[in-house]
Amino acid sequence: MSRELGALVLRRLAFAVPVLVIVAIGVFLLAASSPFDPIYQYYGVDVFTATDADLAATRARLGLDDGVFQQLGRWLSGVLSGDLGSSRSFRQPVGEVIAERLPWTILLVTVGLLVALLLALVAGTVAAWRQGGMFDRVVTAIGHAMEGIPPFVLALVAIAVFALGLRWLPVAGLTDAGAPATVGQITRHLVLPALVLGVSQTPWLVLHVRGSLLGAFAEDHVAGARARGLSEPVVVLRHALPTALLPFVTLLGTRVPELVTGAVLVETVFSWPGIAEAVVTSALAVDFPMIAALAVLATAAVLLGSLLADVAVAVADPRVRADG
Amino acid sequence: MVLADGFEPESLHPLLGYGTEGASKIFDGLVAHDAQRTLQPVLAAKLPERAPDALTWTVPLRAGVTFHDGSTFDADDVVATYRALLDPAYASSIRSDFTTIARVEKIDAQTVRFTTTRPDAAFLHRLTLGIVPAESVATPAPAADSPFGTAPVGTGPYRLGEWRKGRSMRLVANDGYFGGAPAVKEITVVFAVDDNTRAQRLSSGEFDGTVLPPALAATFQGSEYTVLDHPSADYRTITLPTAHPVTGDPAVRLALNFAVDRQGMIDALFAGKGAPASTPIPEVLTEYAEPAAQFRFDRAEAERILDAAGWLRGPDGTRARGGVPARFTLMYAATDSIRRDFAQAFTSDARAVGVDVALEGLGWEAIEPRMGADALVLGGGSPFDPDIVSYPLLHSSYAGDGFNNPASYVNPAVDAALDKAREAVDPAARVAAVKEWQRAYAAAPGFVFLAFLDHSYLVRDRWDGYQQAVDPHSHGTTWGPWWNVEDWTPRP
Repeated sequence: MSRELGALVLRRLAFAVPVLVIVAIGVFLLAASSPFDPIYQYYGVDVFTATDADLAATRARLGLDDGVFQQLGRWLSGVLSGDLGSSRSFRQPVGEVIAERLPWTILLVTVGLLVALLLALVAGTVAAWRQGGMFDRVVTAIGHAMEGIPPFVLALVAIAVFALGLRWLPVAGLTDAGAPATVGQITRHLVLPALVLGVSQTPWLVLHVRGSLLGAFAEDHVAGARARGLSEPVVVLRHALPTALLPFVTLLGTRVPELVTGAVLVETVFSWPGIAEAVVTSALAVDFPMIAALAVLATAAVLLGSLLADVAVAVADPRVRADG
Repeated sequence: MVLADGFEPESLHPLLGYGTEGASKIFDGLVAHDAQRTLQPVLAAKLPERAPDALTWTVPLRAGVTFHDGSTFDADDVVATYRALLDPAYASSIRSDFTTIARVEKIDAQTVRFTTTRPDAAFLHRLTLGIVPAESVATPAPAADSPFGTAPVGTGPYRLGEWRKGRSMRLVANDGYFGGAPAVKEITVVFAVDDNTRAQRLSSGEFDGTVLPPALAATFQGSEYTVLDHPSADYRTITLPTAHPVTGDPAVRLALNFAVDRQGMIDALFAGKGAPASTPIPEVLTEYAEPAAQFRFDRAEAERILDAAGWLRGPDGTRARGGVPARFTLMYAATDSIRRDFAQAFTSDARAVGVDVALEGLGWEAIEPRMGADALVLGGGSPFDPDIVSYPLLHSSYAGDGFNNPASYVNPAVDAALDKAREAVDPAARVAAVKEWQRAYAAAPGFVFLAFLDHSYLVRDRWDGYQQAVDPHSHGTTWGPWWNVEDWTPRP
């Protein structure tokens, strides 16, 4: 079993390398054909007073007029020697930007995912268990409604209620203005964004848990358990839930892109200094090295998400064969 | 002191536009402007004087000034800063503002000499650029690649304590500042892009001050914060392309200037926070503003001008002349709600006199190639000298050159007076020339200037030393009430 799993992981990793390279090259080509002009980013508001001659000189100096394949070649040779290049939009080395911001995003996304998981499992199970009951109807209605609410609306409402109305939690930021980044400070500031991110991801998960649990109730082994006179909690939690959870684990893995999208919006509203904000900034600036690094990073996150999900399924269900 | 800002600088390098207009807390220029917009020497020992040839300026430097890293400031630093600025190898983004500088030389350790390509009366106003240590610009590489942008070393009243990108910047008082140690020992600027988030965090008491749109700022009336409105030289204007058969017509241009209700726009869109604009010179620059160059709101006059020029109303209310309908496209930056509001108001006022305007919200990349043919909502402005913004905006030598004179406005009378103003040695002759080009412009306008926008700030009432100033077209908290924060004192 473990050898099979190891082979699965190795195979996936070997497969991931060409995928990542293709993504990087694809993003480069897309950015090259986009209408955005990086000179605007370099100049900022100064572009409005710059003369054409000076703009042309700067363009030549920065190598912006070079062909896209030339820029790609420069970047690839840099990456191979361990240099991710320099980000024009952050005016910092790409590696530094990622190192500064990625940990905050991982923290936010991990806590957000745990919140979503917990909410989905508890609410989904209770709703399926008492199908048609008051709780089920409320959860289903809210779930469907929430699918249509963008995370930033949720974020603004949460700020209005918990930060401004009740004054329980700070409005935004990583710490209070000027305060050092202590564990206590960050925890207090993490609560609202993580809750909002978690809650915004919950509807799909909750409805899925409920649906597959209802499906499991109709299966033979559950009927068998009921027939043997086992207590209802044992039937639901020990017999129905485990089988219902398998597709749920796979679903979680495929939710990673959604989670990234949610993180972009949540980070912006809460002034959370993570990597998701950098995605928007560098995309608008046609910041080749930054976009490529971020795209590779996001692709790696998605591949890793589905790999972890598959491994988890293979471990949990002996019937699944880890053959790719 | 904790301030919130919606705008985070990408770099603190003066060569990339940080604090070009002065009031940067980290750097000093050779000169700076005070609250009355008068030049004061800073790193210069006294105001530089112009040689009789009107081209060379000798600048004596202040002695005993040190950079934050302890090194001594001298002529080499000034020369290195300006040479790097002018050298394309450094890819400075503000080089175009300094086209009149031909050379800069060191005379001795305490004196530098600038030579200009032509007499330039506004020259001293350009010397607000922050001076960097010579070592920081020793290698000719693009300024953006230099680590100096995140680890700046200046001579200013504050040094950079810590910059957590995307979050906050801590400025620490430079106790060795030659102008005396600032009493406000630490300033933290927190970056929060969203206006509403900033307002919410302010109302929870987290900040000592911030900048907000006028309407949002007004909601803090009667709170613990004082609302401060600063007049500005920050104009919004409609460009009228010369090459377009409708917007290039002198009668249409003049009529549109009479057709817009400037005060009405300011009252309706900006809660009255602003001043009507007819030329790029705001009335707060009392010494230069020409009252005879102001347009009144007179719809009947606009209709009369159009009728007289042969633009006659058709059945659908739109005017036409010789088969050409009075119709053109107005572009605006789609992300800028203020420009969108102005564009819509302009369209409805133009419609009222029978000129049909089609709106298009676009990105700057899409706008740029079309600026010569389609109208555009443009902004800018400097309160310090009438030459700095107006010359590139109106002079025909800048026609179609980048965003400077995008609609190719060409008026020989304006050109002559602009040149006369730039080259004037005598201040009174200069004022006369500045007023002359305003009158020449108003007789044959090529833009419809709409308004100068006020900037609104909120400040907690806990410090003394605030002095109102006129803001340039700049972002954030470097200007505004905090332009002289180094002179503020906490209240006991």
